[in-house]
Amino acid sequence: MTLDEIKNTLNAAVISKREDMNLNIARAYCADLMSDVLAFSITNSLLITHLTNTQVIRTAEIADVKAIVFVQSKRPDIETIALADTKKIPLLVTYLSMYETCGKLYEKGLRS
Amino acid sequence: MSDNAVEGVFFLTGKDFSNAGAASSNLKRILEDMSVQQDIIRRAAIAAFEAEMNVIIYAVAGMMHYYITPEAIRIVVKDMGSGIPDIGLAMTEGYSTAPDYIREMGFGSGMGLPNIKKNADKLDIDSVVGGGTTLEFIIYLNKDSKGAENETLRNC
Repeated sequence: MTLDEIKNTLNAAVISKREDMNLNIARAYCADLMSDVLAFSITNSLLITHLTNTQVIRTAEIADVKAIVFVQSKRPDIETIALADTKKIPLLVTYLSMYETCGKLYEKGLRS
Repeated sequence: MSDNAVEGVFFLTGKDFSNAGAASSNLKRILEDMSVQQDIIRRAAIAAFEAEMNVIIYAVAGMMHYYITPEAIRIVVKDMGSGIPDIGLAMTEGYSTAPDYIREMGFGSGMGLPNIKKNADKLDIDSVVGGGTTLEFIIYLNKDSKGAENETLRNC
């Protein structure tokens, strides 16, 4: 799926600067435990999470996560968004719950 | 990658969550600049990040030394922390002594040391209760180096 398709599927807003909406995302992983992301996520995947602190961006960078979706309208602060911009990691926010977010993306064919 | 050995150190400050992960991020960039294989970079970065977070969460301060040769990446993280009373227990997935506010940040789930072990080819932990912890891990850059004691690297 492209980032644009993910955005449309989730009615999400893009809150980071450097987004390539044609970016292709092959896999997704959802977690609020960053060590789980480090241990189990697949490289070049989409991270779906409630957490909005800077450690999420650091974790994404280290684990080669391509983009992040924050669920339930959780918005990171300016510091976190700025770090994501620096690391060129696109950030999306959706009002959907994590359950609904995963369900909708799964329905569209995105797998973990 | 480059034939030359590269080494350096990052200083880590306990509870400095704004910069937590910055050292590992810099290490990752250094490895990318040296054209190290992507999967090796990911393993090294993940292990370094977990070690760095342990210092930030549990210690007053620490240092992360890195030594990169054509054969291997060696990382030594020394901290001024309270030490680990039972290393075997600390290596158990899910065992954690982290307070709730650390868990709310997404860490402290008891996966740190197991994650380091999983990503490293070799891991040594030396800890003294009240005296701090030294963690050393090695990731070999090619299969031929794996398992062979590299004296050049050891002498860095």
